[in-house]
This record gives sequence, structure tokens and C-alpha cells, in this order.
Amino acid sequence: MLKTFKMGGVHPEECKLSEHSAIEIIEAPDTVYVMLNQNLGAPSVPVVSKGDKVKIGQLIAKGEAFISASIHSPVSGTVDKVDAWADASGYRKPVIIIKKDGEEWNEGIDTSKDLVKEIKASKAEIIDIVKNSGIVGLGGAAFPTHVKLMVPQGKKAEYLIINAVECEPYLTADHRLMLEKGEEIMIGVQILMKALEVNKAIIGIENNKPDAIELLSKLAQKYSGISVIALKLKYPQGAEKQLIKAAINREVPSGKLPIEVGCVVQNVGTTFAVYEAVQKNKPLIERVVTVTGKKVSKPSNFMVRIGTPVSVLLDKCGGIPEGTGKMINGGPMMGKAFASTDISVTKGTSGILLMDEKEAKRVKEYNCIRCARCTTVCPMGLEPFLLGLAGENQNWEIAENNRVMDCMECGSCQFTCPSGRPLLDNIRLGKNKVGQIIRKRNN
Amino acid sequence: MIFAAIIFGVEKKFMVVEDPRIDLVVEKLPGANCGGCGFAGCRNFAEAIVKNESLEGLFCPVGGNATTADVAAVMGLTAAEKAPQVAVIRCQGSFANSPAKSNYEGVSSCAFAHALFPGAGGCPNGCLGLGDCVVSCAFDAMYIDSVTGLPVVIEENCTSCGACVKACPRAIIELRNKGPKSKRIFVSCVNTEKGAIAKKNCVVACIGCGKCVKACPHDSITLENNLAYINFEKCKLCRKCVTECPTGAILEINFPARKIESAPAGEDQITQ
Repeated sequence: MLKTFKMGGVHPEECKLSEHSAIEIIEAPDTVYVMLNQNLGAPSVPVVSKGDKVKIGQLIAKGEAFISASIHSPVSGTVDKVDAWADASGYRKPVIIIKKDGEEWNEGIDTSKDLVKEIKASKAEIIDIVKNSGIVGLGGAAFPTHVKLMVPQGKKAEYLIINAVECEPYLTADHRLMLEKGEEIMIGVQILMKALEVNKAIIGIENNKPDAIELLSKLAQKYSGISVIALKLKYPQGAEKQLIKAAINREVPSGKLPIEVGCVVQNVGTTFAVYEAVQKNKPLIERVVTVTGKKVSKPSNFMVRIGTPVSVLLDKCGGIPEGTGKMINGGPMMGKAFASTDISVTKGTSGILLMDEKEAKRVKEYNCIRCARCTTVCPMGLEPFLLGLAGENQNWEIAENNRVMDCMECGSCQFTCPSGRPLLDNIRLGKNKVGQIIRKRNN
Repeated sequence: MIFAAIIFGVEKKFMVVEDPRIDLVVEKLPGANCGGCGFAGCRNFAEAIVKNESLEGLFCPVGGNATTADVAAVMGLTAAEKAPQVAVIRCQGSFANSPAKSNYEGVSSCAFAHALFPGAGGCPNGCLGLGDCVVSCAFDAMYIDSVTGLPVVIEENCTSCGACVKACPRAIIELRNKGPKSKRIFVSCVNTEKGAIAKKNCVVACIGCGKCVKACPHDSITLENNLAYINFEKCKLCRKCVTECPTGAILEINFPARKIESAPAGEDQITQ
């Protein structure tokens, strides 16, 4: 039987429309908008100013705080402005705008396609390179990778788990990357294993990608310590804690990190970025983005430079189809709607989804009928109906006592609710407020 | 008999002696328990007055000067007069002035929408129109105008308790002096973005041009972060700034109509 997590879970329609379209490399646009708040944690601090000449891969913003990441120029050209630009939420955030004038790479970056197998860097060097290359988790949360690699004192990592689940419907970025860059990913896994000093790595792939499972299993035989497991098709299988439960049957305690149970989880896209950084000296300046939707004429996967406006990607897919009701940054379950196509691709953009009007419409809201479906499907074992009510009535004490902070906002509860109640909206509001209250109390 | 003795003994031992003046003060207060004075309810407010033996820093905005005078009489103190205030909405981003660029279908709560996106009109400081202020008002003094999509304060009902000021996640609502015959002038915008960007989202935004600052003969207008602010303590209601404003962001309320017909852009949008 296929492995999976025990508690809860739903199965939304898969709609992997773009799984057979190969990754298309998109040329850098004339102007890129590189946001400075691309990663979780503190925003990066710009080190260039207006009029400076930059090359591809040159450092343009430094992550100075502990949880922060550096940003490198995705194009060669001139810094036009250090200004503010609307990000996916619509609020204006600091940005570096660069005008392209060529394709000149920074010295020392290996742009050839040759596979470099031998890992020369030592443990400390690897962590240093990952940090200086601005690598963050490419699954969507954009947590700085080097922080994950620095195992705190007194803790020991036993397993490296590679998250190749991609349980969000529609998204196929990781799937395509595995098929096309399998060998590189394997070397990337080895690099991460060396950095963490572990000898066991598990690559978890959901069972709807049999070609990827087959390919990686075959490749894994050549490398010691790496195993590939097929996981049952269930959302949210790709959530960190659920993946750990499925892969090694350990449970991460509430409010703790995976290192507590001896493992570190990295996304498969991140693994490829680590390979490129360590073996090719290439910082994180591009990523794979899926552009999809039922009405999109050509659902595709693109290798895109960071900072490319979303409108460029949409044009490549044949423009915004008529009758589009909603544009979503990310997948349909956890992604957030955005209003303007001027926003740019960031390190955390895994997909752009265009929903038609019918799909995008919210169902009518009815009263809770106490069917407890939300409780059954919650993968964290919470009571979403109660947390939803607490949020609605602004009773933050009840929300906190019922562990609202454990919610990972997977949206299973709202997806399954027969009364169409806005459970996740209210829980998010509760999380936001309770988080503020807790921070205030601790200070 | 034994129980009676126990009860008598306990009663004597645990008797709470309360200042009788607290009850007298409570009687004079409105009893709305709105929290406008900064205390949880009217009784807590009365306790504070009696404990402090002074009215300094203590004021019931709902009862106003009349109540304060009554309380002062009970306490044998003199009350300082305070100018009556009213809540004003510092945003004119109506459906017409700031056309919707996106459609919000989520929970009807400003606090939630504020955490999610800048608002349908695109202004990150403007009114979201979901009515957290209306919900917070205990005196039926607010409603959302269905034509403009903005909250409206009913002046007669507003007690200036400040509940709406706290409820607004964007600090749009301010308590300002009512002014003589309810005449008042204020900048009806809180957008701190640069002029061009603010204007793109809303035609009546304050663009921080500073014309009003120069026009003001009483030095009552300050410009900070691309936003003008009129200090109501200093403003003499001369109306010079209103005509200067190129976008119509400055509002004059309850003034007689001007002789020259040159109404600023947003004026007809708001009826306070």
C-alpha cells in the first residue's frame, strides 16, 4: 500500500493540464522588477543605486538579518530605479527596477550545460555558497535554505526528505523539473546530504507522476543512500509535517520544526537550485513557473528570470482568455488572487492560474449544519468550524486555546464544507490576530 | 439561630464599605457602557473619579460638558469645558472617485480585507467600505452609503466615543472638534503615497502638493509623508485652503454655499 499521512486530507480534481509541456526557457524581458521582500523573514537591503551597471548574477541586495536572503541581478543592464512596486498582494513594496542591455554574465558563473558530478565543496563551504547564492525554498513559502541547513546545537539530522509531492492541483513545475533535470537533482540531493551530514535521503513523489517516480528511482540506484517513495494521492501530502509522517512515520510536535524529529525537508526545485549554485556557481536568478488554467490556450511551464512581469508569461500562453474570473498566484488551494498583471515573478512564485468565472465564483454561504466534515479532513486535527466561529466573533482567546496557530492554511476545510462557509478566511484572520497577541505578550 | 449568628458574623467581617459618592456619580452618567472614556464601563469611570478626587484627564464624551458639570457638582469640583467633538471620515474614495479594479468576495470585515489586499480601488490607505466602524458603533450613528460605498456619520447621534476610530484598521476616522455651528474643514484623505500614484487610484486624493500649506494664513496645516493635515485647534475656518486644493481633497462641512460656482471635484460626493 502507498504511504501517506493518517489524519484528514481531501482529493481535489488534479487538472495537471501542463504536465506534458516541456520547460520553455523565456528570454529575459527588457525591464525586470526585482522585489526586495521575496523571502520569508526580513527584506533584503539594496547594495546598488540608480545608474549602476549590473551583470547577470551580480549581488544587488543583501540579506543582513539571520532569516533573510540575498538577491542577484537576473539581467545585465542598468539600475533604473530603487522604488516601490505592487507585489502579489497589491500593496507597494520596495523594488529594484533594472533595464536590460545585453546578456553579460558575472565572472565565474558556469553557463555551460555540462553535468558536474564531483562535489568539491566541504560542508561549511556548501552552506556558505547556498547563503551567498540567495537560495530560498522554492515550494512557495520562500524560507531561506541556509537557515534550514544549519542544524542547531544539540540536534541531529538523520534524514533529508526531498519534497517532490506537488499536491496542489494544476501545478506541474516540479514534475517537469524532475523529468528534465533528474541527474542534476540527484547531485543536488547529495550536496544537501553532505551539508547536513546525513546518509539517508528520501524523495517523496505523489503517485500521479509515475514517469517521474520511474525515472528518479532508476537514477537513485546509482547513488548511495537515496531512495524514492511513491505517496498516495491526497492533499495536502506536500505539507512538511504530513510528508514527514508519510515518509518516516514521525510526528512533529505542535509549534516545533522538523529538526525536532531528526529530519530536514527541502523542495525538489530548491535541490536543483543548490546544484546550480554549488557546482556551477550560479546564484538563484530563475525558476520554473507553471502558467495554466482550463481556458488558457497553451498551458505551459517556463524557466523564468526572477522579476519578469506576469504579463510577459501570459502573453506567451496566448494572453488572458475571455471569461477569466480570477488570477491566482500559486495553486488553487493555497494561492492568493492578485489584481494586476504588472506584478513580477518572485522566488516564491510556483504558478500562475487563471480561473474562469464559473470556477472562481464563491458558493452561497449557509449556516453550519454541524456535519463535522471540516474536522474529519483537517490534516492537523483541529476543529475548523470552531476556529472559524472564533474568528467571526473575534474571540481570540478561544482561537488561541484551540491551537489556531497550528493551522497551515491548506484550505481542506473550506474546500469540503457543504455549506460554503468561509472557514479559512476566518481562521486566517484569527491566526493573524493571535500571532500579534502572542508577539506582544513575548516582548 | 446558629446560622443566623454565622451570617451576622461573616457579614460584619467581610462588609465592603463603598464610597456613597460612586453611586451618585453613576446616576449622573449616561450608562451606555461604551468605553469612550477609556474605562470598561460607566461604573469603573465613576470609581476612578471618586478615587482621584479630581476630573483631570477624565471626560465622558457621550454626556459631554453637561454630564461633566453634573458630576463636578456631586464631587464639589469645577469642570473644565471641552469642545464637543464628532467623528469624521477622512476618505472620499467612493465607487465613482476610486473605481474598482478588483472584486472582493471574502469575509465582510475590514480587518481581514486590510491584511489581504489594498482594496478594490487600489488605494492602500483608503476606506475598504466593509463596515467594521458601523458594527462598532453603539449609538446608531453610522451607516454605509450604498451609492458611494463609504461610511457616513450621523452627526446628531455621534457621541464621539471613539469606538469607530479604534475599529478602523486604516486609521481613517478621526475625532475632530465639531466647530462653531458644526462648521469644520478637514483633509479628507489619508493616502501617504506620492502624488502621481495616489491620483492614479483616486481622483480626490491628497497629492501632497503643499498649496494649502502656503495658502493658510493661520499656520494650521502641516505636510508630512505627502499628506496635508489641518490642525483643528488652530484652524480659523477661513476656507482659503479649500479653493486652493487642486484635487478637492479638502472638505468644508456645513458652510453656506459659495457665491462663485466652482465646486471642487469631490464635494458633491459627500453628505456628512
